[in-house]
Amino acid sequence: MKNIIQNINKAFDHRIRLGIMSVLMVNEFADFNMLKELLGVTDGNLASHTKALEAENYIAIEKQFIGKKPNTRYMTTKLGKKAFQEHIEALEKLIQKS
Amino acid sequence: MEANKYLNDISEIRNMMNRSSRFISLSGLSGILAGVYALIGAYFAYRTIYFDGAEMGSYKSLVISEYAVYKLLIIASSVVALSIITGIFLTVKKAKVEGEKIWDQSSQRLIINFLIPLVTGGVLILYLIEKSQFSLIATLTLVFYGLACINASKYTVGDVRYLGLTLLLLAFLSLWFIGYGLLFWTLGFGVCHIFYGAMMYFKYERK
Repeated sequence: MKNIIQNINKAFDHRIRLGIMSVLMVNEFADFNMLKELLGVTDGNLASHTKALEAENYIAIEKQFIGKKPNTRYMTTKLGKKAFQEHIEALEKLIQKS
Repeated sequence: MEANKYLNDISEIRNMMNRSSRFISLSGLSGILAGVYALIGAYFAYRTIYFDGAEMGSYKSLVISEYAVYKLLIIASSVVALSIITGIFLTVKKAKVEGEKIWDQSSQRLIINFLIPLVTGGVLILYLIEKSQFSLIATLTLVFYGLACINASKYTVGDVRYLGLTLLLLAFLSLWFIGYGLLFWTLGFGVCHIFYGAMMYFKYERK
């Protein structure tokens, strides 16, 4: 039991961060607006959560210009993919146990 | 209590993965209606081929007059146009009810990936028509439409994949029955659409 709890990743223990990771796991990348619409959050809220995930090195941020508009794209890193997979497995095991 | 939270997390993950990568508002009802239009179209096509032709002296053979070809083209394009209009109308309605966006990355991806095999097939078939090679047209329309469905199924509800596979199976069968193209068209575009449309309708829409 102790081992499983260890795999529950604190960085993902929030609805919005969970959402960001879920979207990025199945999409090559997602831009800021796409994430905002899917998750239904404010700009500031989303920015703080993406920063937190970036600080853990779980997602990478790529800033570029489309025409004159700045566009921020997010994608998962290898480390992030692995960590999220372990998190899901831990969740599943915990559900089975109870 | 704790387990409930984990369960919520898992369903949230699954929901986000699906919503961000698949366009799930596709209306099953529009599939049923497209099938019905195809059946009605097939009836008119049948009359055009086998009766109008007979009046002009060719006894139940598949020598189609130029007049009949135009009539068939009008029937076919009416069926396609009606199906697309109905499909867009019902899908937009369904997306509104579910609070989904109709024109976003997921719907664009769906349309692009559906169109790639479809346009490829369309160009090839137009070429064959121009060269008067009619024998394989029924088979090829089913093949490319089936492949389009399979390709698109990665970006929408999974049932579309089985529609595609069924159409491919019909296409292979039709190879042994060249000359019965209309029958296979009717089965593929009429009966299959109604069957899988109804399956989607009962699975996702009727609550």
